[in-house]
Amino acid sequence: MNFFDKLMKIDRRIIFLFVAAAVILPFFLSIHQKILISPEVQGLYDAFESLPPGSKIMISYDYDPASAPELQPMAVTAMKYCFTKGLKVIILGLWPQGSIQANMAIESALEDPRVKEKNPQYGKDWVNLGYMSGNELVIQRMGTDIPVTFPRDYQGNPVEDLPLMQGIKNFSNVDFIFNLSAGYPGTQEWVQFAADRFHAKLGAGNTAVQAPGMYPYLRAGQLVGLLGGMKGASEFEKLTDFEGKGTKFMLSQSFAHAIIIIFIIIGNLAYFISRGVKKK
Amino acid sequence: METFGLWIAALLTLGIMSFLYKDNPIYKFCESIFIGISAGYWFVSLFWQSMYPRLYLNIRGAISTLLHEGRISDDRWLYLVAGILGVMMLLRLVPKIGWISRWPLSFIVGSTAGLYFITYLQSNIMNQIRSTIIPIYVPGNLGISISNLIVFVGVFCGLVYFFFSREHKGAFGGAAKVGIWFLMITFGASFGFTVMSRMSLLIGRIDFLFGTWLGLIK
Amino acid sequence: MRREIPLILTATVGIVYIISFFIPHRPFGSVETLFSDWILIIAAFAIWLGALNLLRVSADKIYRKKKDWFYALVTILSFFLIAIIGFFFSRGSHFQDVGTSFDYLYRNVYNPLSATMFAILAFFVASASYRAFRARSWEATLLLLAAFFVMLGRVPIGDMISGFLPENIRLSAVATFIMNIPQSAGQRAIMIGIGLGIISTALRLILGIERTYLGGD
Repeated sequence: MNFFDKLMKIDRRIIFLFVAAAVILPFFLSIHQKILISPEVQGLYDAFESLPPGSKIMISYDYDPASAPELQPMAVTAMKYCFTKGLKVIILGLWPQGSIQANMAIESALEDPRVKEKNPQYGKDWVNLGYMSGNELVIQRMGTDIPVTFPRDYQGNPVEDLPLMQGIKNFSNVDFIFNLSAGYPGTQEWVQFAADRFHAKLGAGNTAVQAPGMYPYLRAGQLVGLLGGMKGASEFEKLTDFEGKGTKFMLSQSFAHAIIIIFIIIGNLAYFISRGVKKK
Repeated sequence: METFGLWIAALLTLGIMSFLYKDNPIYKFCESIFIGISAGYWFVSLFWQSMYPRLYLNIRGAISTLLHEGRISDDRWLYLVAGILGVMMLLRLVPKIGWISRWPLSFIVGSTAGLYFITYLQSNIMNQIRSTIIPIYVPGNLGISISNLIVFVGVFCGLVYFFFSREHKGAFGGAAKVGIWFLMITFGASFGFTVMSRMSLLIGRIDFLFGTWLGLIK
Repeated sequence: MRREIPLILTATVGIVYIISFFIPHRPFGSVETLFSDWILIIAAFAIWLGALNLLRVSADKIYRKKKDWFYALVTILSFFLIAIIGFFFSRGSHFQDVGTSFDYLYRNVYNPLSATMFAILAFFVASASYRAFRARSWEATLLLLAAFFVMLGRVPIGDMISGFLPENIRLSAVATFIMNIPQSAGQRAIMIGIGLGIISTALRLILGIERTYLGGD
């Protein structure tokens, strides 16, 4: 067995060590990175910017803590932006853990001094309708009647008692829907039932695994914008000027990608050289 | 209690990560806990969030109407049918009468078939085809013209590739070959994004271990 | 009648859903709403079936003292721990509120386990890429190149490396082009193909041509 054969058969734990180092070390470095904005994130930001103060925006938290590293920064940034811009937020979740993640995002958002200045109030500036089981059937029902689908909010208050929910009958009374999704039910169901069936204006934030599959919807205009993974979160943070974990973690992301590419190159070089040696 | 909980979370995290060294009893122990806790989580969640409000409260309301108002005509009695079908589903655990579970299963299959028939036709086929058949020459904008052409060629050739009932040879085979190239680019991009996603999740756990637990990162 | 009645049920429910899309008013709309609630109840029982089956398999493993039966015991104990806490000691339907015992278990046991299970995949992706990702053919090379450009272009390091190039051919611009044009085209072809498969399967199920979900007699 020559050197290159040995290189190809290297113990995978050595690879694990390099990956761990690539992810951990950047936490202790402070290298500023320039974040460039992609058109799909710009499209989403432009949709947010086009909403005048007082507009009603529905944010659907369709993810669990396992996907929080990618989606929670998007959620926190969106909440901060909405609160500072005077947008009224209707929160709900199609995943059981979604409304809990929403409360955590609001807690983080409320710590920001710019948000504290605006002093957002529950019931007037945001409501949390909680989780409703039913997946896409919930979206379908909301298309006709939101108060019937969600008769009470997360805390058990009747929805008709909440000032923000006055005049909200269905999607035609909501100016924009922003979906944060990690799987099923998620963006695809919102596109199929809200955007296509009820002509709601829809934007999305997805995990990086899911994002490539959403590009056809983006290109077809069924989505106005898309945040893909942690990079999407960092771009959104830059555009809204609310730097957070998305930006903070990009250095580790950069190092991790670089190490994977280096390993793939080494693996291929070893393979081709080893093959060449064997042919000789 | 919060500190205790934090330590439990950290130790369980490290227990799962110990698998990276090699399979070991600690990892198996944590994995078993995960399986049991996950099953239990959904067991409890679905009861309180689905069965309790939809089945129990409706039947209880109907019984209340019967007892207090003496009125049996209440739409909520219809939910008894769902309860019976649900119990029939559980009978799958008994091999001799497991066939009874076909009734509730057929409900689910029928509803999914009916729902997806329309939504996939509208969103995933018609709208996608409509946005593919777009002008491939846009006067004054060469960039968009080329993009539209590439998208059209890519979608068309990709669909040709998936047409397996005809042999891929000649011009048809050539188009299928181009389709494979587009699909390879798609899979490569998906792989790149998958790597990004997995790394993000790992970064999240490292942030928990080094930041939240050990306090080494601000 | 063991197979005929389920087939009739499938067809009836499927047709109600299709018609209610076009005629959302009574009676189709209200029947569809009722069926939707029923299906959610039945689906909950289906998940219960899975959980109970897990308990049955684990109990069997312990009873027969099969290999690793101890871990089956741990599984059962963990299940009962969260189930008992969730049903009896967590404020009923407010079981997920912050401060309940269920929420405590969720945040400190379920969350970290679930998140870490996914997180360790990062290591395996790296190892698998190193060992298996070979440019053996033109198609594999294309896949590799697309992955390279996207992975580098989607992180700031990509533009640092290609900073000397004009802005519209830097790595981030190339990655954006790949995602929006050829990748979208390929995804769209897959999406349309899957969509056609779904509607043909749905039609076969409703018409009773496809019966494999019924299993054997």
